Amino acid sequence: MADNNSNNPKNTNEVSDPGRRSFVKNTGIAVGGVAGGALLGGLFSSRSKNNNSTSTATKESVKEKRYEEARMYFTRIADFAILEQAVERIFPEDHNGPGAIELGVPYYIDKQLAGPYGSNVGDYRQGPFIGSKASAADSSLDRGQIFINGLRTMDVESLKRFDTNFVKATEDQQLEIMTDFADDKVEIKGISSKGFFNLLRSTTLEGAYCDPLYGGNRDMKGWKMKEYPGAIASYAHMIEEDKFVKMDQVSLTDYQPK
Amino acid sequence: MVKTLDKVDAVIVGSGWAGGIAAAELTKKGYKVVGLERGKAQKREDFVGAKDELRYDVRKLMFQELNKETLTIRNTLDETATPNRSNDTNAINGTATGGSGVHWNGMVYRWLPTDFEFHTKTVEKYGEKIIPKDMQLQDWGITYDELEKYYDQFEKTAGISGEPDPLRPGQRSDEYPTPPMKETDIIRTFTKAAKDLGYHPYRIPSANISETYTNPDGETINGCVYCAFCEAFGCDFGAKADPIVTVLATAHKSGNYELRNNSYAVRIVHENGKAVGIKYVDTETGEEFIQPADIVVVAGFTFTNTRLMLLSEIGKPYNPKDGTGVIGSHLTAHQRNLTHTRVRGFFDEKKFNRYAGTGALGVTLDDFNVEQLDHTKLDFLHGFCLRTSQRGDRPITNNHVPADVPSWGKEFKDKSIFYANRRIDVQQQNGALAWRENYMDLDPTYKDMFGDPLLRVTSKFHDQDRNIVRYAHQRAKELLEQMGADHITIPEITEETEFDKSSLSDHTGGGVVMGDRPETSAVNNYSQVWDMDNLFVVGASSFPLMGSSNPTATVGALAYRAAEGMIKFLETGGGQLVKEKETAKA
Repeated sequence: MADNNSNNPKNTNEVSDPGRRSFVKNTGIAVGGVAGGALLGGLFSSRSKNNNSTSTATKESVKEKRYEEARMYFTRIADFAILEQAVERIFPEDHNGPGAIELGVPYYIDKQLAGPYGSNVGDYRQGPFIGSKASAADSSLDRGQIFINGLRTMDVESLKRFDTNFVKATEDQQLEIMTDFADDKVEIKGISSKGFFNLLRSTTLEGAYCDPLYGGNRDMKGWKMKEYPGAIASYAHMIEEDKFVKMDQVSLTDYQPK
Repeated sequence: MVKTLDKVDAVIVGSGWAGGIAAAELTKKGYKVVGLERGKAQKREDFVGAKDELRYDVRKLMFQELNKETLTIRNTLDETATPNRSNDTNAINGTATGGSGVHWNGMVYRWLPTDFEFHTKTVEKYGEKIIPKDMQLQDWGITYDELEKYYDQFEKTAGISGEPDPLRPGQRSDEYPTPPMKETDIIRTFTKAAKDLGYHPYRIPSANISETYTNPDGETINGCVYCAFCEAFGCDFGAKADPIVTVLATAHKSGNYELRNNSYAVRIVHENGKAVGIKYVDTETGEEFIQPADIVVVAGFTFTNTRLMLLSEIGKPYNPKDGTGVIGSHLTAHQRNLTHTRVRGFFDEKKFNRYAGTGALGVTLDDFNVEQLDHTKLDFLHGFCLRTSQRGDRPITNNHVPADVPSWGKEFKDKSIFYANRRIDVQQQNGALAWRENYMDLDPTYKDMFGDPLLRVTSKFHDQDRNIVRYAHQRAKELLEQMGADHITIPEITEETEFDKSSLSDHTGGGVVMGDRPETSAVNNYSQVWDMDNLFVVGASSFPLMGSSNPTATVGALAYRAAEGMIKFLETGGGQLVKEKETAKA
C-alpha cells in the first residue's frame, strides 16, 4: 500500500528566475549556431558549450547537470535542434513559467522515439497501408521516421521561404511555417503535415506534463504551473472543499512504496 | 498438433464482468470451470503505485494490444475498410485478468423499461410511422421488471453507491447497498443550476464506493479515497468494484475455477449442432489446445463475441442488403466524436479542485430521457442523460481552452494553464439505435496474428444520430449558463462528423443480439444461442440498442440472468430454456 505523502496545502509555487530564462533562450540560439555550422556540431553538446559561456549559469547549472540528457534516438544534432525550436514554439516560456526546452521536452521525445513507442511496437502494422495518411497511426512510417521526415521538411520549408535554416529563422517565420503544417498545407513523404504536427503537439504536452521519471516535466515545473499535485495518495480529506486547495507536488519517485 | 484436454463442466472465454459473473455463479454451485483469458495475469498488487498518466491513460497499457488483433473500419458498403492501427486513435477494450472491468470509471446506471421493449413501446405511443426507414428497432424478449432482480444482484455484488432517480419511483426493489459518494463544489454547482431549472438531478451510481463494503459472496471492497486515477487505471486501493476483487475472487475461493491467462480463443468447436469446447492458442508457447466442456460460454467484448461466432460459422451471418441473418447486426455505440461529447463551461472568477476526484463522482439527470420526451415534436427517437463528473483532471489529457483560443503556442499555454481548474463540463449521453447498414462481418483483406480475418465494422451516422446530440448540446449549454459560465464551447456536429477510428467506443454493443425469436435475434433472454442449446454468448454483444447511459450494469444484470440459465441447463440436462410459445409473441 502506498505511503502517506506530505500533502501540505501551503504551496511554494516556484517561478523560474530571469537568469534561468535567458539561459534557456541562449541555449536555443547556441544550438542554432551549431546546427548551422553542421559538421562541428557533434563534437560537443550544446548545453555544455552554453554553460561554459554563460555567466549566469554558475552554481545552478553545475547542480543541474543531467547525465541522462544525451541523444538516444536522433543521430543528427541538426534534427534535434529543429525539434527544440519547434516544441518551444508549441509550449513557450512565458510569465507562467518554463517552456518546453527547460521542461526537458526535447529529450523526453528523443527517449520516447528510441523506445517501443517510436517504432510502433504495440500497433497493428500489416499492410496494405491504403487510403488516408492523415494521422500518425495510419502512416506506413513509424513515429521515429515521422519525426525525421517532418523536422527535415520544416527545415526545407524555411530555406525555401526565408533562405535560412529553421533554427535561424525568426520566431514569426517559425510560427508561419508551423501554422502551415498544422493546417495541412505542406507535403511530407509518408504522412500529412497535419498528422506530423498533431504528433509533435501531443508529444510536447506529454513531455511538459508527464511524471518526471520520463525525463520531461523537469523538477515538476509543468505540474507547478498548472497547480496539478501529481501522485497524491488521497484527496478524501479535502474533496468537499468550496475553496481551491493548493498542494505541493508529489512525483512517483516519492509515491511508490519501496 | 492440437491437444485435446480433459472435459470440464463449463469453459468460459473472457474474465471480465460477464465471464467473471458466470464463473462465480457456476463454481459456487460446484461446477468445474475453466476460464480462458487472452491477456496476462494481473492482481491488485499490480496497481499499487500506478499513478502514471503517460503509461496508463496516454499509452493505454491496460488495453488490448493491437499488434495481435484489431478491427477494420469503413462507413459504407462500397468502401474498403482500413485497420484501426493504434490505441492513439482510440483504445477500446480491455485485456488481462478482469478485462475492461478493471479499468473503468464505474458509472452503474440501470437502463429504462422502454429500452427493453423499444419497438413495442414506440409503436404503441407514436405508431409505426415514426420509425425512420432503415432503422432497426426490436424488443429484447425480457422486460425491465423481469430483469430488475438481476440489476439488484449486480449492484449488491459491486457495492454500488448511489441514490434513487426521482423520475423513476417504484422501479427499485431495494436501496443501493452503500450511500452516495462525497459531494464536491462542482456537484453542488451543477445540482443547484439543475434544480433552479426545474430538473431532477441525482448522484451518479458509482462502483468507486463510498465506504468499505462486504458483498453477499463475502468479498470486501474498500472505501474510495478519491485519488483521481480511475478510468484507465487499476485501483491502487482495492476501492473500485472490479471482477478481480469480486466475482473472480469468489470463483477462485470455490476451488472449482482455473483461469488460464495468455490463452487466445480462436474457435468455438462444434459438432452436429452442439458446442464441444473452445480451441485456443497459448500465446506464450504457441501450442494449440481444445478445452472440451458441457457448456461453452463466450463472454468477451462485443467484437470478440461477434468475431468468434463468425469465425466458427455458428448462426447465419447478417446480410445488410436484404436484412436477413443475425450474426453481426445491430451494431450500436456511444461514439466518442458524437454521443460521448461534452459541452464545456469556463469560469473566469471561480476555481474548482479539478485535479481531485474519482471515476463516477458526479451528478446526472434524466429529464430528457426517452420516457420524458414527446417525440412527435422532435426530430429524433430515444433520449439522453445530462451529467457532470469529476474524475480528477490529469495534466496531459486536459488542456481545454475556450473556443477562440488556438490549440498551441503562447495564448494556448497561458489559457490552458489559467483554465486548468476553472471549468465544468456537461456531458450528454444518448441512446443509440440500430441501422440496417451498420453491422460487423469478417474483413476480406486484413488478418490477425494467427492468420484469421479481422472483424470489419461498417458504420455511418444518420440524421437522427446527429439531431439528438445537437439538441442535447443546447440543453447542456442552458445548464452551464445557469451555473454562470463565462465561456461555453459546444462541439460542432456537421455533416462531416462521421464514424471513424476516433469514434470507436468502449460502449459498443450488438452482433449477437438478444430477442424474442430466432429470425431476428441470435440469443434468447438467457443469452443462450437459439441454434445451439449448450452455447451461451454473454455481454454487450446481446444489446439490440445502446441505452442512454453506461452499459456495464446491464451487462452485469444479463450475465446474472445468463448464469441462472446455465445452471438450469446443467441441472435439467439441456434443451432450450425459452419455449417456442413464449417466443412466438412478438
